[in-house]
Amino acid sequence: MQNNPNHFEIFSLPEAFPVDVEELTRVYRELQRELHPDRFAGAGDHEQRLSVQYAAQVNEAYRTLRSPVRRARYLLELKGRSPDAESSQLDPCFLMRQMELREDLGAVRDADDPQAALDALRDEVRKELRDIERVIAGQFRDGSEEALDKASRLVQEMQFLVKLDEEAERLEAEIFD
Amino acid sequence: MALLQIAEPGQSPEPHARRAGIGIDLGTTNSLVAVVRDGGAETLPDTEGRHLLPSAVRYLENGDVVVGHDALEAAGDDPFNTLTSVKRLMGRGIQDVRRLGEQMPWEFVSHESGMPYIRTVAGDRSPVEVSAEILRVLAARAAAATSDPIAGAVITVPAYFDDAQRQATKDAARLAGLKVLRLINEPTAAAVAYGLDKAAEGVIAVYDLGGGTFDISILRLSKGVFEVLATGGDTALGGDDFDHAIAEWMIAEMGCDDDLSPANQRRLLRAAREAKTGLTDADSVPLRVEVAGKALDTELSRETFESLVSKMVEQTVRACRRALRDAGLTVGEVGEVVMVGGSTRVPCVRQAAGNFFGREPLVDIDPDRVVAIGAAVQADVLAGNRRDDELLLLDVIPLSLGIETMGGLVEKIIPRNSTIPATRAQEFTTYQDGQTAMAIHVLQGERELVSECRSLARFELRGIPPMTAGAAKIRVTFQVDADGLLGVSARELSSGVESSIQVKPSYGLTEEAILTMLRDSFEHAEEDAELRALREQQVEADRLAQTLQAALEADGERLLDSDELEALRAGLARLQEVRAGSDRDAIRREVEQLGRATEGFAQRRMDDSIRRALSGHRVDEFAER
Repeated sequence: MQNNPNHFEIFSLPEAFPVDVEELTRVYRELQRELHPDRFAGAGDHEQRLSVQYAAQVNEAYRTLRSPVRRARYLLELKGRSPDAESSQLDPCFLMRQMELREDLGAVRDADDPQAALDALRDEVRKELRDIERVIAGQFRDGSEEALDKASRLVQEMQFLVKLDEEAERLEAEIFD
Repeated sequence: MALLQIAEPGQSPEPHARRAGIGIDLGTTNSLVAVVRDGGAETLPDTEGRHLLPSAVRYLENGDVVVGHDALEAAGDDPFNTLTSVKRLMGRGIQDVRRLGEQMPWEFVSHESGMPYIRTVAGDRSPVEVSAEILRVLAARAAAATSDPIAGAVITVPAYFDDAQRQATKDAARLAGLKVLRLINEPTAAAVAYGLDKAAEGVIAVYDLGGGTFDISILRLSKGVFEVLATGGDTALGGDDFDHAIAEWMIAEMGCDDDLSPANQRRLLRAAREAKTGLTDADSVPLRVEVAGKALDTELSRETFESLVSKMVEQTVRACRRALRDAGLTVGEVGEVVMVGGSTRVPCVRQAAGNFFGREPLVDIDPDRVVAIGAAVQADVLAGNRRDDELLLLDVIPLSLGIETMGGLVEKIIPRNSTIPATRAQEFTTYQDGQTAMAIHVLQGERELVSECRSLARFELRGIPPMTAGAAKIRVTFQVDADGLLGVSARELSSGVESSIQVKPSYGLTEEAILTMLRDSFEHAEEDAELRALREQQVEADRLAQTLQAALEADGERLLDSDELEALRAGLARLQEVRAGSDRDAIRREVEQLGRATEGFAQRRMDDSIRRALSGHRVDEFAER
């Protein structure tokens, strides 16, 4: 591996948003077959350490590229942007929609069928995530400063939705466990 | 040396003596050892044909130590010096022991290691030393059963074991003079045993209820890769708790107060265990005991027993649900359910798991032995005996790792269920002008408050150049290795001041304590410590020589220029020369020197194998089109 290859370079992939996750997983396994510390159990300390470092890097790259929101964030970072620091103005419509979704989440406990209400809510959140993924792919393809501004905003929106989904999951654990 | 295990197609690696890898299931109640012989993994019996070794150790006044069945036999008569279920104490603190309460009749002594020691007639003993006694017996059993030199052991731990518990297990192996090839998770080991047996593909759930711990793991099997997707459980829930529930019921039935002597407690627990075992096949069992002048003569029905343990069984089902959710899967996507651990013989346990996953659980492999068998298979792979095998385990950490931040909160650095090995860094800053030191408190757990997570270690980064608050940039790096053990380092980025620790302290033995114990054990051992150290050094030299030779043959001319090749060959010859002698330090020096000299070659080989893995993938793509 070159010094500090980025996550895309590790998998010999172009720095672009669309990633075939199934293919990514296949290559991930091939790489781990070669690099995993289990392959170096009989080797010297240096090789063992090297293997831990490489395998950890491959794990981290896989974790990042496998998830659309982490992948999008990472792409922005590669382009010199940090979505967290840039507190760009979020779309008022999006914020309105978020408030609605949160109200729905708050009402789940009192629903006639909490599981059904929760499932419907989570399906909706995932659908909105997929919609954003389609739009953000176009922004990355465009690649202009303006498009990246937009992508940056979209990543923040994705993070909102992911967080909401996590809260729904926690609620599910609370209600049903 | 590097990449020995990667055999080139059509080229068999240098034939060399087989080296045995042994698999050890170090259990709460019973332990086992297994090896691969004639291609198949099997557990090894003692001279009387018994495979299970009770995890019981008895200390005698004359310094002798009795392990296993004989120790357990004496537990009733000599309760204070007969230690059982010490696995529950591994990596634990004195307050954890208090929580276990009267389940543990021994006298505990606080110790600077944070781990409680147990007072015996032969002196105070740490749980690590007690476990080492068990490991010694198992290792000797394996050594007697195989003629090959032993490369080391794979020891299994509950998937839900935290860092301190894993480290304690590894320390015990070291005390027993056993090289740990890898610590692997018990459910993962069971999955290996089943997965290879059935050539399974797809998602499997491993439900593992042992004597003292419960684990649930969800794995995806694909062409020999065992990928753990999520794991969960409870390190303080197992069949022992079922016994205690029955014992408490007996106490209530008899109407005696629960302030029983240790000997009486033992007697009750023994009767409880027998009743539990009997109820696996019978609907009702007779219960007859006499303690503290009171007698009990009654029947225990399966129905009553099930009501006594239903809460605990329900707890395991909740953990299954959580693990499945963590894996992002639904019940319908689980292809097989595997039952592991003696406690899964309890019918209502089997039923509960079957009901939750909606399918009949697999029990073809003896649930007591399946973990040791899987461990032996993995040990055989790690010892280098199965080069063509595609078996690869990708496991995860069970609990999130983080550090303490302002306000007693925990900032997670590596979330639970991350695949190991894992490395992650996070930057922090100073909060006071001129601050020159920073305390770093490492924690493990899912909660947000420091007080609700497990403290692993504290260390300090000193020598930060004085700056205004918020100007220093401190990067804290967490690295979890393939055994699931954490190392932490911290660096101030502008000055390069570095501080690092191998996480160990909060509830563990210091390096010094281990060395003292090692010296003590040598004094008692018949074997000469010097001789043993020389042998270890020679084994080390052989290992290096063997792997380097194979690597040079495979890639030397391709990846090295003639000077480099010559230098390594000369180093190899020097090593073999001192190896033949008996100068331990000379061998060590030569091993170190040659080890360093091969670093560049190792790196090139690894880079080369990555290229090969990636280019293989492109060739495949062409072939498909």
